[in-house]
Amino acid sequence: MKPALLSRPLFSRLPAFGLGSLCLAGALGLPPAVAAEGGPSAPRARELVHLVRQDCGSCHGLTLKGGLGPALTAETFRQRPAESMVATILYGRPGTPMPPFKGIVSEAEAQWIVQQLQAGFPTE
Amino acid sequence: MKPAASRLLLLPALLLSLLAGCASAPAPRGSGDLGVVIERSIGQVQVVNTTTKTSLAKVPGLGDLSHASVVFSRDQRYAYVFGRDGGLTKVDILTASIAKRIVQAGNAIGGAISQDGKLVVAQNYEPGGIKAFDAETLELVADIPSVDMNGVRSKVVGLADLSGNRFAFSLFEAGEIWVADLSSPKAPKVQKYSAGKQPYDALVTPDGRYYIAGLFGEDGLAMLDTWQPELGVKKILAGYGKGEQALPVYKMPHLRGWSVAGGKAYLPAIGRHEVLVVDTKTWQETGRIPVKSQPVFVMARPDGREVWVNFAFPDNGWVQVLDTLEGKVTHTLQPGKAILHMEFSPRGEAVWLSARDDNKVTVFDTRSKQPVAELKADSPSGIFFTSRAARTGF
Repeated sequence: MKPALLSRPLFSRLPAFGLGSLCLAGALGLPPAVAAEGGPSAPRARELVHLVRQDCGSCHGLTLKGGLGPALTAETFRQRPAESMVATILYGRPGTPMPPFKGIVSEAEAQWIVQQLQAGFPTE
Repeated sequence: MKPAASRLLLLPALLLSLLAGCASAPAPRGSGDLGVVIERSIGQVQVVNTTTKTSLAKVPGLGDLSHASVVFSRDQRYAYVFGRDGGLTKVDILTASIAKRIVQAGNAIGGAISQDGKLVVAQNYEPGGIKAFDAETLELVADIPSVDMNGVRSKVVGLADLSGNRFAFSLFEAGEIWVADLSSPKAPKVQKYSAGKQPYDALVTPDGRYYIAGLFGEDGLAMLDTWQPELGVKKILAGYGKGEQALPVYKMPHLRGWSVAGGKAYLPAIGRHEVLVVDTKTWQETGRIPVKSQPVFVMARPDGREVWVNFAFPDNGWVQVLDTLEGKVTHTLQPGKAILHMEFSPRGEAVWLSARDDNKVTVFDTRSKQPVAELKADSPSGIFFTSRAARTGF
């Protein structure tokens, strides 16, 4: 089979959002579990840690050392701009299996997750 | 701490009695109704009995089991456990102990066992490739890096055993299917076929003939007739999404020969709330069954009358049962929180389901669709019964 026989372009798996809509993400996310100042409430933080460890872990590994998706360890994360990582969480990554988590986490929560990843992600 | 009583079972008792010089040995037992349950967050397996529906013992020390899979020796005594961290552990399920353990890669996804039971083969993400080991000693006998003609090394997915000690597997980045002939393991022969965009997993039909890789990067599956590999890879179910917007995929489906029942294959659609039905004679689509969410495991009961389906996050608390005569959903169940895996008892009167976030394994009667037993387990994921030992592709 030739790659030219692709039935549809890869980016069709992604929602039709550009990064321009990034600023709307917080407003479109889950109920306001995140305080305006500081991180999520303690119960929500536990849920987010569980989500990242267990469900992001399906592809990135429970230890976040990678799988089908790349490693999400502090070492690999510190070199990357936080904004682009937040955008990856919210909108996914074209051409890869990384799905958008907008609607599952808010923009503020995605920012908190990236901060935790850069610091070394908490265990459950 | 776990109750100590759970470990005082099976052969340890026999060994103890021999050590004590006791003349009357306990009755020997078979292993055909045994299995293992992966406790993913603590790197442990439980040895379970499908007749009594109980846990018999725990075997810790297996490393990172966040993604783990198991194949069985043909005598059904040993479980080869492939861990995420490249660990390969040969667990003696009769003595509930580790017979051998190696770490063979940095990041692994699973494995297979050869037709003659003499080779155990691991499939690896990092470094990409497959490695074959002597099933007895776990000594390395063959190493096949998944480096394509451009020099790029791919993650390996969808490893399956074929007749003649051959193994088929797929290269995620390169989009290829390779068939490695390990009948002379010191001199492996590899045939390579172009498959399509981003194969994510694969199955071999129960007769060992067709190797089918699911594609993430395009609508369709790549099929190789391993009886006539010279015909090359054929695309089946091409364009099943018909250009419609696919949904985000939060968990990759898992493919195995369990999808084949009654002359049809029941396959998970990627990015859609559908199970696709294909005629295994013509490999043409014969229908699609709307289901609750995106399917992860689509598993036929051993008699093929029913197909049980679980779903990706965030709908992983649901399980649906499809009737293969009616071609539709007949039961929608909520067996627990985060159902990660299902395994049928050898002849299918019961199905075991792991509920990760409830820290339990629930056993359902497949006729009544009612729970009949429950076992405690720490963040359980894969469930593997020894009856897999006799099946090609398991």
